[in-house]
Amino acid sequence: MNRKKLQKLTDTLTKNCKHFNKFEVQCLINLFYNLVGDVTERQGMVTGLDRNAFRNILHMTFGMTDDMIMDRVFRGFDKDNDGCVNVSEWISGLSVFLRGTLEEKMKYCFEVFDLNGDGFISKEEMFHMLKNSLLKQPSEEDPDEGIKDLVEITLKKMDHDHDGKLSFSDYEQAVREETLLLEAFGPCLPDPKSEMEFEAQVFKDPNEFNDI
Amino acid sequence: MGVALTRSAQWTAAGYGTRTLEITPLNEAILKEIMMFVESFIYKYPQEARYVFVEPLEWKTDLDPSAFESGYIVGETTVKSEEVDENGQPLLFLSVPHIKIRNFGQLSRFLLIAKDTKLKEAQACVEANRDPVAKILGLDYNTMKEDTSTVNILEEVTKGEDSENEIKMKIARLLSQLDLHLLNHSLKHISLEISLNPTSVKNDIEMLKNFSGKGEQTVLESISYTSDYEFSNGCRAPPWRQIHGEICYVLVKPHDVETLCITCSAEGVFLNGGKTDNEGEINYERKGEIYKDLVTFLKEKSAKFSENMSKQEKRFSNKKEKKEPTNEPPEKEEAAPVQKAITGSGKRTLEKNQINFGKSQMTKRLEPSLSWKATVRFKEYRSLLRDPQEEKHRRRPERSGPSVKLGRAQLVRKSTEKIEEIVSESSSESEEDEEPLDRQEANADLPSEYWQIQKLVKYLKGGNQTATVIALCSMKDFNLAQETCQLAIRDVGGLEVLINLLDTDEVKCKIGSLKILKEISHNPQIRRNIVDLGGLPVMVNTLDSPHKSLKCLAAETIANVAKFRRARQAVRRYGGITKLVALLDCGKSSAEPAQSSLYDARDVEVARCGALALWSCSKSYTNKEAIRKAGGIPLLARLLKTSHENMLIPVVGTLQECASEENYRAAIKAERIIENLVKNLNSENEQLQEHCAMAIYQCAEDKETRDLVRLHGGLKRLASLLDNTDNKERLAAVTGAIWKCSISKENVTKFREYKAIETLVGLLTDQPEEVLVNVVGALGECCQDYENRVLVRKCGGIPPLVNLLVGVNQALLVNVTKAVGACAVEPESMMIIDRLDGVRLLWSLLKNPHPEVKASAAWALCPCIQNTKDAGEMVRSFVGGLELVVNLLKSDNKEVLASVCAAITNIAKDQENLAVITDRGVVPLLSKLANTNNDKLRRHLAEAISHCCMWGRNRVAFGEYKAVAPLVHYLKSDDPNVHRATAQALYQLSEDADNCVTIHENGAVKLLLDMVGSTDQDLQEAAAGCISNIRRLALATEKVAIRRVSYSPLSPSTKKSKLPKYCLMSSWTLTTLHVGNLLCLEHPHMNLKIYRQRGAGVAQSVKRPTSARSQSRGPGVRAPRQVLG
Repeated sequence: MNRKKLQKLTDTLTKNCKHFNKFEVQCLINLFYNLVGDVTERQGMVTGLDRNAFRNILHMTFGMTDDMIMDRVFRGFDKDNDGCVNVSEWISGLSVFLRGTLEEKMKYCFEVFDLNGDGFISKEEMFHMLKNSLLKQPSEEDPDEGIKDLVEITLKKMDHDHDGKLSFSDYEQAVREETLLLEAFGPCLPDPKSEMEFEAQVFKDPNEFNDI
Repeated sequence: MGVALTRSAQWTAAGYGTRTLEITPLNEAILKEIMMFVESFIYKYPQEARYVFVEPLEWKTDLDPSAFESGYIVGETTVKSEEVDENGQPLLFLSVPHIKIRNFGQLSRFLLIAKDTKLKEAQACVEANRDPVAKILGLDYNTMKEDTSTVNILEEVTKGEDSENEIKMKIARLLSQLDLHLLNHSLKHISLEISLNPTSVKNDIEMLKNFSGKGEQTVLESISYTSDYEFSNGCRAPPWRQIHGEICYVLVKPHDVETLCITCSAEGVFLNGGKTDNEGEINYERKGEIYKDLVTFLKEKSAKFSENMSKQEKRFSNKKEKKEPTNEPPEKEEAAPVQKAITGSGKRTLEKNQINFGKSQMTKRLEPSLSWKATVRFKEYRSLLRDPQEEKHRRRPERSGPSVKLGRAQLVRKSTEKIEEIVSESSSESEEDEEPLDRQEANADLPSEYWQIQKLVKYLKGGNQTATVIALCSMKDFNLAQETCQLAIRDVGGLEVLINLLDTDEVKCKIGSLKILKEISHNPQIRRNIVDLGGLPVMVNTLDSPHKSLKCLAAETIANVAKFRRARQAVRRYGGITKLVALLDCGKSSAEPAQSSLYDARDVEVARCGALALWSCSKSYTNKEAIRKAGGIPLLARLLKTSHENMLIPVVGTLQECASEENYRAAIKAERIIENLVKNLNSENEQLQEHCAMAIYQCAEDKETRDLVRLHGGLKRLASLLDNTDNKERLAAVTGAIWKCSISKENVTKFREYKAIETLVGLLTDQPEEVLVNVVGALGECCQDYENRVLVRKCGGIPPLVNLLVGVNQALLVNVTKAVGACAVEPESMMIIDRLDGVRLLWSLLKNPHPEVKASAAWALCPCIQNTKDAGEMVRSFVGGLELVVNLLKSDNKEVLASVCAAITNIAKDQENLAVITDRGVVPLLSKLANTNNDKLRRHLAEAISHCCMWGRNRVAFGEYKAVAPLVHYLKSDDPNVHRATAQALYQLSEDADNCVTIHENGAVKLLLDMVGSTDQDLQEAAAGCISNIRRLALATEKVAIRRVSYSPLSPSTKKSKLPKYCLMSSWTLTTLHVGNLLCLEHPHMNLKIYRQRGAGVAQSVKRPTSARSQSRGPGVRAPRQVLG
C-alpha cells in the first residue's frame, strides 16, 4: 500500500472515530496490516482478519479464553458479517473495545451476549454462556443445577420487567445500578491490565513505527 | 415480660429524662420476640385479643395518620379505630404523635400497619410503658404474676366465674409464658459471656508446663502455681478470693520479660499486684487488662512466647487430642458449665448466693467445696428455666470437646477476639460470639437469607470470574446493614473468600468484594473477624492499586475496620498510614471530569476516602504520630481549603482527633489551619460545624490560637451557633470551643458583645452533661470579669449554677465550683449564693472523692467567706465543717492542700473559728506541710500560717512543730507571691523569741534585708517588721551579754575573717568594735547595724526612718540561752 493511500485512509478513519487521534489511528492501521500479513493487494478482494486470526489476537493479546464469547466478539467487530474484520471495522471495533463510553460498551456487550440477535438475552442464552462458570462438584446430583440457579439469580437481579428474559433496557438499567454487571455473562472486554499493555505497545513512539 | 424487661434488657444508664433501651443485639432480640408475640396474638387468641386493657398503652409514635386504612376513622391529625369498647370509646386513638391502644387486637393491627418501623414502635412502646403487664391486667395481677407459682394462677382461674376474668387469667398466663420465653432467650446470649473455669485453666497450665524449661525452643522459662493445694472444685485461690470468681494464681517467667504474677479468674486472666513481701501473700488487685485466657495473655506480654508458641502450634494440637480423654472427672465438668450459665441468668439471686456462701465459708473454713455452691444454684436455676434450656447446657460439656480440638490457631484467634471485646467495646457484643455450630442448633428457624447467602458463598468459592461477579452483585442486594446477613456471611465462611478475592488479579472481583466488605464491616464483630483473617494487609496493599475506585473502596473499608485498637495497629504495621496519607495528595487537576469507567474515580473522592480512613486510624496515639511523620498535616491543610462538605468532615474529624497532641497543635498553627476551621464553622452542615468546633476546642488551649479564632471572626459564629440547641453533640462542641476561647480576656469581651453570656446562662438548664460542663466552664472563665459577673447575676444565672452543685459528674463539678467561686467575688451575687445555701453545697463538695473537685470547691469557698457579712457565723453553722477542712490537710494532692490552706486563711480571719480549728489541730498539720517545693502551696501555706498565728500560743506551737526553718527557705523561691506571704508569716512568727532565733539561725536576715528594698509595700513592711523583731531580741540580749563578756579586743586581722561573707562583699564597714565576742557592723546607707558573736549567728537590726509603725506588740524579752552560748 502506498503512502498516499495510507494517508487518505488514516484521514477518513480518524474522522469517523472519536476515541483515537490521528496518530493512534495510524498506529492501529499499521498494526492491522502487520497482522493481516503480506496478502497481496488485489482489487475487489477483501483484506482482513478472519475468525481464527481474530480469535488468536483476542486470546494472545487480551487473554480471553471462552470460545463462544470470542466468537461473539468477532461478530461484534465484523459489522458487515462478511466473515472477516477489515480495517475500518478494526478501528471502530477497537475504539469501543478499548475506549468506549459506558453507553457504547453496554451496547456492544449486549450484542455480544444476545447470541441469536433477537434483542433479548434469554434464559437459554444465559445458561449457555454460564455453563462453564462453576466448578463441577461430582457430589451433586444435577451438575447443571448450580448454573440454573445462577441464571435465576441473574434474572432476579437484572430482569426488571419480570418477563423472564433480558431486554436491552433491563440490561442497561442493571448496569447503571451496578457497573460490575457490564460483563455479566463473560469477559468480552479487555481487562484493564492487558488493555494498558496493548496500548502501551501499539502507541509507541512514532519514530519506532516509521520503519514498519 | 415484666421480669425479662427489668432484668435482662439493657437499659441505658440513667441520664436526663426517660431511660431508653440501648441498641444492643440482645435488646433487639427481645423486642423482636415481643413483636412476634403481639403480631400473632390476633390470630392465635382472637377472643383474648378483644380484651380491653385496664389502662391504655401510651407512647409517642412516628406513624402518620395516613398509614391507617380500613377499620379506622382517619382525620387530619387523629385516628380512631372503628372498634370500640362498651362505653363507645375507640380502642385505638392516635392524636399525633401520641397513641393510645387498649387491646391486643389493635396492638397487633398497629404493628402490621407500622411495617418497617415496627421495631422502632415496639421499642418506643416498651420504653414508655415500663410495666406493661400492670397496665394490661391491672396492678394486682402484676404482683400476683411475680410470685411464679402457677398454682396460684390456676386456682384463681378455676374460681373465676365470669368469662372476663377467665380471659384475663388466660392473658396473664400467656404473658408469663412470654416472659419465660424472653428470659430463656436472653439467657442464651448472656451465658456465653463467661469464659473460664477451673478445668480449662488447669489444662492450659499443664500444657504450658510441658513446653517450659530452659533453652530457646521452649515457650516459657517456667510456670508454676503459687499454691500447691487444690480445692475439690479445682480452684487454688483461697476461698475468700474464690467468691470473686478467682480460680488460681500463677507465676510465669517468660524468656524476655520479668516474672509475671497472674490471676486466673472466671472473667479471664489478668496481671495482679504480685507477691507482697510479707509471708508470700499476693496483692490481689488487678493491674492490667483482662484477657480471655492464659495463652492470649502471654502472647500479648511476651513476644518470645508468641513466636515459639506458633512454632509449637502443631504439636500442641496433637497433644491436646491425645490428652483429651483422660482430662478430668466428669462431675467437675458438669458443675462448671452450670455455674457458667447461671452467672448470667438471675444476677440478683446469684449475688445473694455469693454472700451466703461467703459467710458460711467463714464459719466452716476447712475445705470448701464450690460444687456445693453449684448444686444449690443449679436447683434455683432449674426452677427458672424450662427443659430445652437445661438440655442445652447439659450438652455443653460434650460440645466443648471438639471445640478444643479445633486447633490452636483457631482457638487463639477466638480468644483474641474476646479480649478485644473486653478491652475496647461495650460488653453487649460478646454474646454474639457464638460458633456457627451453636447458631445452627440454637435457632432451628434460620432466616431464609442465611441459606441464600450460603449458596452465594458456594458460588463464590466454586465459580469463575463471571460467576463470582454475579454472586457478589447478588450478595450486595441483601440488606447488608442487617446483622443477620452480616453474620450469615461470616458463618458460612464468606469472609475468608471475600478476603481471598482481594489477593487475586481480578479487579472486578476485588471491587465487588470490597463493596460488600465495606458494608458489613460496620458490624464490630465482623471487623474483628476481618482483622483476624488477615484482611488488613491485603487491603493496605490494595491502596497501591492503579485503579482509583479500588483505592477508594479499600480506604473506605479500612475506615470501617480500623475502629478498634488492634486494627489500627495493624494498619500502621503494614504501612497503611503512609499509603493513606499519599491518597490525600489528590493531584492538581481537581477539575477533571467524572469518569464513568468502572475502574476510575475522581481524585477528590480518593482523597475523601483516604481522609475517612485516617480519621478512623487517628484515634490512637501512635497513628497520630505516624500521620504527622508521613506528612499528613500539610495535605490535610490543603484539603481543608476545598469546599466539599463530604471531604471536609473526615478532614476536620482527623484534625480534631489529632489536635489532642501538642505536636499537632503546633503544626496546625503553623499550617494556618485555624483560619479554615473558622471558615468551615460557617458551613451549613451541622456535622462539619461540630467537628470544627471540636477542633477549635482542642486547639484553643493555646493562647495564640485563641487570638487567631478571634481575628478570623470565629467568635461571632460560635456565639450564633449557640442559638440552635437541638443537636446536642454540636452544642457540646460549640460550647467547648467557647469555653476554651474565653480563657483569653479579649475573647470574653467579644463574647459579651455578641450576647453569648446571656445565651450561655440560658443553657444552664435542661442540657446533657457534656454541654453543661462546657457551658459552666465558659461561664467560669467569663466571670473573671466584673461586668460579666454582673451580667450573669442579672440574667438569673446564679440559681441554676448553684443547683448544679448537687451533681455527680466530676468535670462538671470542677467547672461549677469554679464558676460559683468566680461569681462569689461580687458581694451582691454572694448574697444570692448564700440565700440558695450555695456555701453549704460547696462545703459538702469537700467530701467529694475526686481531688480536683475538692480543690476546686475549696478555692470557691475562699471568696465566699470573704464576701459574706457574717462569714464567721456562717462557717460555724456547718456542723463538722471546720473539722472537715482541717482534715483535708492530710490529703496528698498539692492542689487540694493549696486550696485548703487558702480556705483556712480565710476561715482564720474569724477569731472564734480560728480557735476551733486550732483545737482541731490545724497547727501540726500545717507544720507538717512546710517542707514542700511547690510554690503555689508554699504561698498559701505561708498565708495560712501567718493567719493562724493570731491565736493563743500558736506562734510558739509552729516553732515547736518545726515549721519555721522551712519557711525561711521559701524566701529563696522565685515567686514574689511566695516572698510576700512568707515574710508576713515570718513577721508573725518572729513575735516569739524562740522563733526569732530559728529564723536568724537559718539565715533569713540577709534575705529579708533584700526584701526590705522590694517595691511591694506589704512585703517591705513584713520583712522590716520581722527584722525589727529580731533586732529587739538582739538588743535585749546585748544588754545581758555586755555584762558578761571580758574586754579583750580582737585584732583587726582576725576580725575580718570572723565576719560573715556578705560583710566582706558589700559596702559594710566595721565601725565599732565592741568588747569580747560581740562585733558591730554598720551599713553606711541603711543605717543598719549588725552584731556578731563568736560561734553564733548574726543578729541584725534596722532603724528604718520610714518605719513609723507602732511596734507595741513587742516580744516577750526573754534572753535566749542559745544566743548567750
